[in-house]
Amino acid sequence: MTTPARPAGHWGQVLRDLVARPSGAVGLALVLLHLALAASSPWLATHDYKAVSPTLMLLPPGAEHWFGTDHLGRDVYTRTLLGGREALLVTLVATPVAVLWGGLLGVYLGLVGGRLDDVLMRVVDALLSLPWILKMLLLIVTFGTGLAVLVPTLAFFYGVPVIRIARAAAHNVVARDFVLAARARGHGRLAVIRRELLPNVLDALMVEGAMRWSWMLLAFSSLSFLGFGVSPPTPDWGLMVADARSYLPIAPWAGLFPIVALSSLIIGINLTADALAKAVGVDRAQKAPI
Amino acid sequence: MTDVASSAQPLLDIRGLSVGYTDRAGRVREVLRDVDLCVHAGQTLGLVGESGSGKSTLALAAMAYLKPGLRRTAGSVRFQGQDLFELPEAALQRLRGGVVGLVPQNAGQALTPTSRVGAQIEESLRLHTALGVDARRARALELLEQVRLPQPALLARRYPHELSGGQQQRVAIAMALAGGPRLLLLDEPTTGLDVTTQAHVLDLLRELHRSTGTTMVYVSHDLGAIARVCDRVSVMYAGELVLEGPARGVLRQPAHPYPRGLLASIPRLSAARLPASLPGRPPAPGEAGAGCAFAPRCGLVQPRCATERPVLRDVPGAMRARCHYAERAHGLDAPALSTPPREPAGLTDALLELRDLGVSYARRGWIDQLAGRPPAGPMTVDGVDLTLARGQVLALVGESGSGKSTVLKAVAGLLAPARGTMRLTAPVDVEGDLTGASNGDATTARRGDAGPQAVTLAPDVTRRARDVLRRIQLVFQNPDDSLNPRHTVATALAQPLQLYFGLSGVALRERSIEWLERVRLGAHYLDRLPGQMSGGEKQRVAIARAFAAEPDLVLCDEVTSALDVSVQAAVLDLLETLRRERGTAYLVVSHDLAVVRALADRVAVLYQGRLCEVGPAADVYARPSHPYTEVLLGAVLEPDPDHVPRLLAQDVVEAGPPARGCAFQRRCPKRLGPVCDEQVPPWRAVDVAGRHRVRCHLHLAV
Repeated sequence: MTTPARPAGHWGQVLRDLVARPSGAVGLALVLLHLALAASSPWLATHDYKAVSPTLMLLPPGAEHWFGTDHLGRDVYTRTLLGGREALLVTLVATPVAVLWGGLLGVYLGLVGGRLDDVLMRVVDALLSLPWILKMLLLIVTFGTGLAVLVPTLAFFYGVPVIRIARAAAHNVVARDFVLAARARGHGRLAVIRRELLPNVLDALMVEGAMRWSWMLLAFSSLSFLGFGVSPPTPDWGLMVADARSYLPIAPWAGLFPIVALSSLIIGINLTADALAKAVGVDRAQKAPI
Repeated sequence: MTDVASSAQPLLDIRGLSVGYTDRAGRVREVLRDVDLCVHAGQTLGLVGESGSGKSTLALAAMAYLKPGLRRTAGSVRFQGQDLFELPEAALQRLRGGVVGLVPQNAGQALTPTSRVGAQIEESLRLHTALGVDARRARALELLEQVRLPQPALLARRYPHELSGGQQQRVAIAMALAGGPRLLLLDEPTTGLDVTTQAHVLDLLRELHRSTGTTMVYVSHDLGAIARVCDRVSVMYAGELVLEGPARGVLRQPAHPYPRGLLASIPRLSAARLPASLPGRPPAPGEAGAGCAFAPRCGLVQPRCATERPVLRDVPGAMRARCHYAERAHGLDAPALSTPPREPAGLTDALLELRDLGVSYARRGWIDQLAGRPPAGPMTVDGVDLTLARGQVLALVGESGSGKSTVLKAVAGLLAPARGTMRLTAPVDVEGDLTGASNGDATTARRGDAGPQAVTLAPDVTRRARDVLRRIQLVFQNPDDSLNPRHTVATALAQPLQLYFGLSGVALRERSIEWLERVRLGAHYLDRLPGQMSGGEKQRVAIARAFAAEPDLVLCDEVTSALDVSVQAAVLDLLETLRRERGTAYLVVSHDLAVVRALADRVAVLYQGRLCEVGPAADVYARPSHPYTEVLLGAVLEPDPDHVPRLLAQDVVEAGPPARGCAFQRRCPKRLGPVCDEQVPPWRAVDVAGRHRVRCHLHLAV
């Protein structure tokens, strides 16, 4: 026997495999860097993020303002540093909620099947057929902006495609003999879901969660860009890009730095998700496009 | 080169071939070690070994193909004098499918699903012959005819999924023949086919060899299949060739302890006894020590075996053996290895009664459901009447699709029957639990009587009382599937123990260890995950999990068919021991009639979901009275070159049962006439006691 008598934990092994891959190591480093910066940015900021100065408008990067200033004379370095906090906060709350409710409902539907499954999956199809921005804006225009609306909205809409993934993953497990054995023993539905199904769909859900997180970040930034996310003067990458848009030809730095910040975070998450998928053996390329 | 030299030159000459892979630690682990193999033109060579012995790797290496990750570390493979590993890729591509043909194990997966089978054969012809379009079409039909497929013109237009498993395998053989091969490599070509289909395909291979003289290398774990087609046999163990010689010698008097043990572990139709198991298991690649790889499991082991690796040497009987003490292997006599005949269970009080059980997979449309109409067409399983006594082993046998597993699932409550009743007799002291008090679906038969009571089993598992559930447990066929890959053995065993006995903490752990020891595993298995165990070990855990519920009845669904023969023997032995110790009854489903012979007290033969013959195992095997039973028994193979299976009926696979009359009417070799098509034959006793019953018009006519 080549394997050790005492098995290493599944997730410990996954983490080791993840870091062993170049994409996983780079991606995870980027994500951790962003999280660390977001947590410590109030102490790293060099200026007041909302200090407006007509005399310092659109200054190029220099010794005083490392990333230059924007059209209101605010320090771009400070604002870039702080600009991810809101987005990260919202998505870090909304993503787990989305994966949790979508995942549980999906696994449940995968187990019970039948009419409930038929009906709910058609509702899922209907929701997925609408462009995300439309349904999102509809809710935000109705209920107003602010975190109290944004977090549930994102968590709801981004949980819908998770239902599909979880249901498909559960379908692969439901017909296997160990699930039949558990049902034949007389375990209840919840016990079957908790003990037999969830451990086997968790891999797929983790990967899905990572992907949902990056899409949700993009969605949040897009909403901010459109003026429905964070309200000024709170710094936010999407909002900063929107503000800098008109001045891009003469002052590209005001837009460039938040774009770089957002892109590097998204790339980091995507690299991590890809490496995670390979580490747990769920290949995203094989899954149906949502 | 002179004529004399070329005729003496072997067609395939493998010398000192070692193949290995590099593991994560950077160590080279060899899956083939120093293999010498010589095949002359016109020979049929059988490569035998258990899973992981390297037989498939060796066969594929004969066309210079190695699975990704594997590489040649030493040796050469010469085909017609050419070193294949020196050939450029383009030349190898011409060779593969051309002069060297391959018939893969699973033809269903090897054929392209989106292309007609005729077109696929023509494609092979286009690549490997100079024939024109019309000539290719004609040749493809010829080939289909050569592999004895009926109506080749019609069949060529079919897609692979429209063919039965046996037909797919024949198409794969036709494709391999398309290139005009001088050497045909067959990788487990009949594994996974029904007994009757297997016998027919093997017959075809014999016929092909006789008519074309094509050299064949036949890879199989099944000594019975090897005995049927091969004139020479090479036995592989742990990546080494351990014995080679003429088929008769190797299969009758093998000069090596490993094939001796292997032969003893094969259950035979002729004997109602458990086969002897080979203890231990082969070393993993790279784990074999300095000495003989088989030494840890060998009955002849001497101190020298652990330190000195034996070489392949000539031994009496025109064989070559890799054993220091090959001459003594004959002393390991077969009778000494096998166990005494088992005693049939004598208990007669009924435990499980199935009356007129019918199951249908047909789904009704919503209009039919509203109108309350039953599903159209005949049911998948119909009219099954069976009684299983306490402590008895009843086997359901039949080909795939005969409804054996369906009956099992209905008893387990996983598939609701459309008709009939299932009753389980349970001791009276658990009356309160049995009746399930709150709902009325579990009715007692003889309320108030002293003695056992019969409980009607609810069709759906969720409506059965917990104590009823505990009394019936399941063990499945595929060890990879029967355990949750994320659960340790401890978690798997805890499930029945917590659910039925409410055990926890130290008591739970102690009971788990007790069960592990009873299935001959130890406490150190508690923390293992299924991925860290072999197939046999996983199956033992699955058996322990079932028995931990202390059931009266264990439903065994092909429990040994995914295991190697030596492991199978050990699992059969374990099942028999548990039955003897605990008085548990088994309802066994198997397609392997020799396994059933070893294990069962009574046999029920199913065809298309209808019972054909029921009776004590000894009677049914000695006097098969239904034509279908005769067909099944006739097709069984024995690891003996002189055993000729009887092919009594065609291996046609039927899609469903006929609407009227006898289920076997379309394939029956003894068909009487219209009466078979029109009337369902009634049950009729064959013996005086009426325990052996058969359902055939033939016996009414007599």
